Amino acid sequence: MTATVPTSITTTTTPAGAASPAGAALAASETLTLAAEPPGPPGAVGSMSITDVSCYYGSHLAVADVSLEIPGRAVTAFIGPSGCGKSTLLRAINRMHEVIPGARAEGSIELDGVDLCAKEVDPVAVRSKVGMVFQKPNPFPAMSIKDNVLAGLIIRGQRPRASAADELVERCLERAHLWDEVKDRLKKSGDSLSGGQQQRLCIARAIAVQPDVVLMDEPCSALDPISTLAIEELMRDLARDYTVVVVTHNMAQANRISDVTAFFSLASAGQPGRLVESGPTGQIFSAPKVAATRDYIEGRFG
Amino acid sequence: MSVAQTLGKQPTAADAADAAVTLSASRPSLARRTKNRIASGAVVCAVALAAIPLALVIWAALTRGIERLDLALFTNSMWGVVGQGGGLLHALVGTLLVTGATALIAIPLGLAAAIYLTEYGGQRKLAGITRRAVDIMVSIPSIVAGLAAYALFSLLLGPGTRSGLAGAVALAMIMIPVVVRSSEEVLRLVPGDLREAGLALGSPRWRVIRKIVLPTALPGLTAGAVLGVARIIGETAPLLLVAGFTDAMNYNLAEGRMATLPVFIYTQWSSKGLDTAAYDQRAWAGALVLMAVVVVLQLAARALPPQIAKLRRNR
Ligand SMILES: Nc1ncnc2c1ncn2[C@@H]1O[C@H](COP(=O)(O)OP(=O)(O)OP(=O)(O)O)[C@@H](O)[C@H]1O
Ligand SMILES: [Mg+2]
Repeated sequence: MTATVPTSITTTTTPAGAASPAGAALAASETLTLAAEPPGPPGAVGSMSITDVSCYYGSHLAVADVSLEIPGRAVTAFIGPSGCGKSTLLRAINRMHEVIPGARAEGSIELDGVDLCAKEVDPVAVRSKVGMVFQKPNPFPAMSIKDNVLAGLIIRGQRPRASAADELVERCLERAHLWDEVKDRLKKSGDSLSGGQQQRLCIARAIAVQPDVVLMDEPCSALDPISTLAIEELMRDLARDYTVVVVTHNMAQANRISDVTAFFSLASAGQPGRLVESGPTGQIFSAPKVAATRDYIEGRFG
Repeated sequence: MSVAQTLGKQPTAADAADAAVTLSASRPSLARRTKNRIASGAVVCAVALAAIPLALVIWAALTRGIERLDLALFTNSMWGVVGQGGGLLHALVGTLLVTGATALIAIPLGLAAAIYLTEYGGQRKLAGITRRAVDIMVSIPSIVAGLAAYALFSLLLGPGTRSGLAGAVALAMIMIPVVVRSSEEVLRLVPGDLREAGLALGSPRWRVIRKIVLPTALPGLTAGAVLGVARIIGETAPLLLVAGFTDAMNYNLAEGRMATLPVFIYTQWSSKGLDTAAYDQRAWAGALVLMAVVVVLQLAARALPPQIAKLRRNR
């Protein structure tokens, strides 16, 4: 019923993976620098190319043969019916699928020419380059708001000195559009915030470790419309400095905030999810190439 | 009425009457109400029966021991005392030292095992074996733990060696499974979300455990540890075997017999001198002190967690 139309598979020619400067930095997590400018080849803008990626849970094939270009410094939206593997693919990008026993991914996902899926690349290093924001806001309850922002550094045992810490916290909270709301209660627990504020705190926490990419899995689905609007605005703003990939069930949201939309679907329950089509959001929403995409966007799906 | 309202209708008198009818119809039958009464009566009786011994113990200890609850009790040992006077300072110090050493052995080991079970073990074989071992340890009679420690120290340091440390090792065997179980339970309560969030920030698993999981669980872990201490602080049998008894002060855990509160009570009671009343009184006063320590620990286990959580928050 659905024709699989992979978008342009640009084969990014990489000078032998780990030999590139970014590859070297990613392979050794301990030497990973947290400098303002991420290491990488000149002109790196955090673009990703996903090539022939399949994801398995044990023997169950959940996502099959996805090839997709994700532009740097832009918002890419993953849309599609429930169970088509959006979350699975998203987690494969920063290798969070490895946390689930039995889960594995095949294929290659390159970030500025470095294959994140390669064996010799440390998943810990990948995750510090590719951050993640979850569906349910999950600030660390045993930490203050301030420490939540610094959490990535604190966990690694790299808590910055007082003044540097204050400066970083202010910058990240400003960036997450949260500073004005919390600047007087930085020492309070992250639990004391509203759901929308907590989610923005989680975004501040994710960008404090200076990733190139921020992945968001339905970041607004647990939030009220006002908070959702705040996060949407924030995502647009983040795309100036980060590559943002967001999973959403909200078509209007995908249309409002994304530059590129990728539509996934599955033939029937139990079948693997596949990429149906992807392209500039305007084109996907106004003139999709595949009928299934139009049906889904117009709410005529299932 | 509320039924009608939730259905979005205007409540009418008829509706109200309907509701009344159905409500009275759903009233429990006489038989059920009688059964209910009998059952709750039985429960109240059972609770009262269980509370009676507790009340009696407190009453007995208070009436017989309160007179000796004087300053001398807390400032003297039994060195050279044969009749009236004397005190339990040596036993109190011994209990604090032995219990402290036990906690120092049992808490790190127990916590390490719990961390292994919750964070790394999963379905692995070693995890299964560890769980089984903990189950067995829970049911080891304390006297057997005492014998094991006695045998161990006899082998290492020569036959008949007695010391506070040997006592602590025996008690640790009893406390470790308690700590493992309570810690495992608490660690499982830490949401998986937080672990994922920590990992997604780009940090190795053990660092996420140290910086996120343990601090989040700290209040519960503390409570579990304090309850573990309360569990072993009244143990007598293993200490009789391996820590022995003395009338004198001993601050050295590694060497020589060391008196402890439960053993003090036991010896005051079992080997009375001529002035039996003096020995009885000291035994009951010792019992009062021991009960007070346990109650304080129990209260601390309840009061500490929120306090710690608050401290961490305001830091
Ligand atoms: N932890 C897991 N173990 C086994 N199978 C899983 C697991 N997580 C997801 N799956 C399976 O993988 C497939 C894709 O799931 P996934 O969560 O990626 O879908 P999704 O597109 O994110 O759906 P939704 O929109 O409901 O979030 C489903 O068939 C699902 O049952
Ligand atoms: Mg999902």
